[in-house]
Amino acid sequence: MIGESMYQELILEHYKHPQGRGLREPYDAEVHHVNPTCGDEVTLRVKVADGGKVLDVSYDGQGCSISQAAASVLHELATGSTVDESLSVVDEFTRLMQGRGQVEPDEDVLGDAVAFAGVAKFPARVKCALLAWMAYKDALMRSQG
Amino acid sequence: MSAPGFDVERIRKDFPVLGRELPGGRSLVYLDSGNSSQKPTQVIETMRDHLTWHYGNVGRALHVLGSESTEAYEAARDKIAAFVKAPSRDEIVFTKNASEALNLVAYAFGNPVGEDERFRIGPGDEIVISEMEHHSNIVPWQLLAQRTGATLRWFPVTDEGRLDIGGLEELVNERTKIVSIAHQSNVLGTVNSVSPILARVREVGALMMLDASQSVPHQPVDVTELGVDFVAFTGHKMVGPSGIGVLWGRRELLDAMPPFLGGGEMIEAVWMDRSTYAPVPHKFEAGTPPIVEAIGLGAAADYLTAVGMDQIKAHEKELVAYALEALPEVPGLRIIGPRTPIARGGTISFTLEGIHPHDVGQILDDVYGIAVRVGHHCARPLHLRFGIPATTRASFYLYNTTAEIDALVRGLHHVQKVFG
Ligand SMILES: Cc1ncc(COP(=O)(O)O)c(C=O)c1O
Repeated sequence: MIGESMYQELILEHYKHPQGRGLREPYDAEVHHVNPTCGDEVTLRVKVADGGKVLDVSYDGQGCSISQAAASVLHELATGSTVDESLSVVDEFTRLMQGRGQVEPDEDVLGDAVAFAGVAKFPARVKCALLAWMAYKDALMRSQG
Repeated sequence: MSAPGFDVERIRKDFPVLGRELPGGRSLVYLDSGNSSQKPTQVIETMRDHLTWHYGNVGRALHVLGSESTEAYEAARDKIAAFVKAPSRDEIVFTKNASEALNLVAYAFGNPVGEDERFRIGPGDEIVISEMEHHSNIVPWQLLAQRTGATLRWFPVTDEGRLDIGGLEELVNERTKIVSIAHQSNVLGTVNSVSPILARVREVGALMMLDASQSVPHQPVDVTELGVDFVAFTGHKMVGPSGIGVLWGRRELLDAMPPFLGGGEMIEAVWMDRSTYAPVPHKFEAGTPPIVEAIGLGAAADYLTAVGMDQIKAHEKELVAYALEALPEVPGLRIIGPRTPIARGGTISFTLEGIHPHDVGQILDDVYGIAVRVGHHCARPLHLRFGIPATTRASFYLYNTTAEIDALVRGLHHVQKVFG
């Protein structure tokens, strides 16, 4: 049962009970990203304090369990951390996802996001996992812009 | 219960891959033939034999291998002509796939190289397609409209997934130059009724093309009986290889059309400033063609003919009737397309409430070895029409069994359990 190893309990949990879902005010930047091959989409907002602390990551979207759970985990990890910290998590997550299942994930950096390690073995699904994370990076750029 | 003389277990033995074990010891349940079909030993061996013993370029080599290749390539054309009952072998143009065949016809319009009135098009003229088309029968016509200023129009689709021809008289009118629609939808399974549309097309003096990519593999198709002007289909969906497709067109129209691609083999004589062109079909076959692929397609036509297209159609009808009964047992399952096995083929697309098709496809594949297609199946406008981003699609062919449909239903129940 290879597939169910991709659907870690934690992923299903986030999918069924998404954290921080819904678009909120105030925000510094809003982005809309789509995955043209499957139609998954996410709208994401960030609010950053002067000191670089991420006050809120709010989002809405539609798509498969992987893309929706990834957005929920992102919300948990990024909210309350700093821009720099969260960007290093994004980088590590990206490295893991693009590693074709060959990359040993750094659990200390990734926290719950390590549950997505199995997705990296499914090239068709990597974009699903990265959708919200790429949107987040984009939104941060714009908010700092 | 099966059509007399049709033995699905014997047929399955012709397709080695169906006996393959997938990683983790799962067996393969292949329900994605609408995307691309599997290949029988007869096709694989014909191609191997040609590559091993008879290969040379076609049409231009005088030696033994060259003439054996040319003979086999042209024999494949004869087989395809017979398979779709073309009045003449010269009406069979080999292309790379159905998409190229559709583009070839679209590029014949509004082309200053051509002089025939029927292919002249400009502002005020109209092109008619439908909302259930594959992107391959949408985009070439959008491009034509953009190039020439013509207007693109389309038949809508009913809630049941049938072509809505209520507005036929208005939609197809004196301004219409060509109507191009799917013979069978790759998403809904719907088989469109050609004759009422064709009658109107003739009344207004337009041309009509059928995208038969999903019908030629699954039912007997007789281009003369259909009565349209052009028919496109593709080899890889009819147990043949990829890289080869077919355009059938009326001889007299093909003669009137300008060439599509320029190059070797499509010419008669070349000067530095102009050329004259080879007669059809070679006028449309520039460069070295997919030789072995064409020969493989010929073997595919032989194979399907030996099994019997009527038998295949009857077998698939049984499968789809069975699936239309069995699938609605799955809670939250909604079929997108006709729910009766009448005027529809063995392709069933559906949604599962609250569960994304990607998740459905992944669990089916990883847990049960069931290969289905998920997404918009290159028919995004149709999905927009139904207000859904994507569907899961099971598509059946001659080698599928009711046991595989049972497996699909079991798999879908399990998907419900994981995500419900
Ligand atoms: C209805 C229909 N038209 C056209 C095509 C395009 O076929 P090909 O990709 O071989 O050109 C397909 C197959 O995907 C199809 O199902």
